[in-house]
Amino acid sequence: MGGALRFHFDVDGDNFTSAGEASVEVKRKLRQLGFSPEVIRCVSIAMYEGEINMVIHARGGQADVTVYRDRIEIVLTDHGPGIADIALAMQEGYSTAPDTVHMLGFGAGMGLPNMKRYTDEMEIESTVGVGTTIRMTVLVK
Amino acid sequence: MKLGEIATLLNAEVLTGKTRLDEEVVSACGSDMMSDVLAYVKDQAVLLTGLVNPQVIRTAVMMDIHCVVFVRNKRPLPEVLPFAEESGITVMTTALRMYEACGRLYLNGLGRCGE
Repeated sequence: MGGALRFHFDVDGDNFTSAGEASVEVKRKLRQLGFSPEVIRCVSIAMYEGEINMVIHARGGQADVTVYRDRIEIVLTDHGPGIADIALAMQEGYSTAPDTVHMLGFGAGMGLPNMKRYTDEMEIESTVGVGTTIRMTVLVK
Repeated sequence: MKLGEIATLLNAEVLTGKTRLDEEVVSACGSDMMSDVLAYVKDQAVLLTGLVNPQVIRTAVMMDIHCVVFVRNKRPLPEVLPFAEESGITVMTTALRMYEACGRLYLNGLGRCGE
């Protein structure tokens, strides 16, 4: 693999059924590129949780994935309501998702903690009323 | 435990992956919360769930889960099954409730997913 490979996805905020399609696509590409199953799993789970969050909370957004030889960077950007208290949102079990989302198997307050669990670095920038950007890096060990 | 043995123990109908019943799984997890599955499930697992939306199969894909068993006779929408087949996931449905389905597998030696 020469230089970095970049992939861009628009995440449709109106369709819960399609949430995760970008993550499936990234998983397929990483497999074709020959990354280890562990790296592929970490990237795809972190991105999948991020996609679900964007659909649940922010009416969609954009996902940008950059693949380097030694790391994979994921940037998720949305123009949703923002996160008022990031430390609280990072606690397992804390969720602002409505009951309709619980019925779908999500909204248990595990999304952000899972994203942190499966990545080596994670930064959240959020402004209430403006939106949220999450940057995650998975190192190739 | 082979997938075929799981189908027999649960008296389950196999909806996809009839040719993969020789595959082995080493652990199982019963949950309707996909985020919990994403947090704890390890390799070569079977997922038992009462949730039937497409995100169940997508979660299984993310986690490299080999088999999804829907309990209480639940069935996913027909359009979900080709995606499961294409992803190499065996899908079954059983009339048993979650508690009994998990109990039968556990009693027959299929352990829990590690944390």
